[in-house]
Amino acid sequence: MKVAITSQGPELSSQTDPRFGRAAWVIIVDSVTKEFEAVDNSSNSNAFKGAGIQAGNLIADKGADVLMTGHCGPNAFNTLNAGGVKVVNGITGTVEEALDKFIAEGAEYASDATVDSHNGQNR
Amino acid sequence: MIISIASGKGGTGKTTVAANLALSLQDSGLVKDFNMLDCDVEEPNLHLFLDPGVLTETEITTFVPVVDQEKCTGCRKCVDICRFAALAFVKETVLVFPALCHSCGGCELVCEFGAIGDDSRSLGVVESGMVNGHAIHTGRIRIGEAMSPPLIKAVRRHENEAELTLIDAPPGTSCPVIAAMRGADFVLLVTEPTPFGLHDLQLAVEAVKVLGIPAGLVINRADLGDNTVQEYAESEGLEILMKIPFERSFAEAYSRGESIVNVSPEWREKFQRLYTRIAEIVEAKA
Repeated sequence: MKVAITSQGPELSSQTDPRFGRAAWVIIVDSVTKEFEAVDNSSNSNAFKGAGIQAGNLIADKGADVLMTGHCGPNAFNTLNAGGVKVVNGITGTVEEALDKFIAEGAEYASDATVDSHNGQNR
Repeated sequence: MIISIASGKGGTGKTTVAANLALSLQDSGLVKDFNMLDCDVEEPNLHLFLDPGVLTETEITTFVPVVDQEKCTGCRKCVDICRFAALAFVKETVLVFPALCHSCGGCELVCEFGAIGDDSRSLGVVESGMVNGHAIHTGRIRIGEAMSPPLIKAVRRHENEAELTLIDAPPGTSCPVIAAMRGADFVLLVTEPTPFGLHDLQLAVEAVKVLGIPAGLVINRADLGDNTVQEYAESEGLEILMKIPFERSFAEAYSRGESIVNVSPEWREKFQRLYTRIAEIVEAKA
């Protein structure tokens, strides 16, 4: 399974980023082999508008099955939903810790956005 | 001539000045024919002070793309040209986010397959009425709509219908107020002598400079606060065209939906002189 995790840095040891669209990096990791790709999200994180939509588009294009993040707004959620990407909210710690917890315990998939639009701006 | 009445800071008296100017120009012999446009479309209130008669209502809509998935080949040109991420291409399907669309029509233009159509949405209405023979057009944005400039432009289509147009602009210095000032012959800035009033006045003056429109200043509640607005105006060469004192009778009139000239008729002449001076400045620039 391919899992996308929002991150403050490009490593598995980096801290997760609670923001979705404006996260610095997205780590796309194979849940079995832990092979990963770090995707620089800076072009989206500095976007004038629609960061969540663009990041959602990117993650769907990468073929991720699950996105793990802190909070996800409505436009981003709808984009991910259309791309068949399930959403897990409320992650903490490092990317690897979040992944290990997910593998060990599973997680509840979100059925809706958890924050309003523009939540990640100016932080 | 088009006079746009703006402020930067909200609540300084734009509508007060617009209403008093309009009432003072009625039957003054100074202008044959004028109309009034309330471009403060998120909170229009000029009509409260002018009491227009029967209103006609015109709905204003704007372009929003709708994608014919049958014709779409997935080339992504529409997604790539959109600067506002109003379109996304996910799982071979173009998604549309109408609230982000700025109605530029770029997606429709670049689509070679005719897959983009117009699914226009309502921006709000323009209410038109008459005040003693002078037309007033009020923009009123649809609740929930974020995009006001296209509605402001729709209100402004009426400005060629009279010799003089008075525009009551929204506060701020972003797109809505630019839409209400651009192309005007004069911007009348209304402020108050407070640090907040000065701060936002400076922003408004910078915006007016970018637009290259001559401007002048009205200081409202001029006997309160401090002297910094006046000092700033002098340093900028911004002419102070009028000072309105803080008068209890003016505030009481306002609270009843009346104007200064209703309670103090001598102010009619002062507002007429304000207009005459603006006309001189505009004439000198022409």
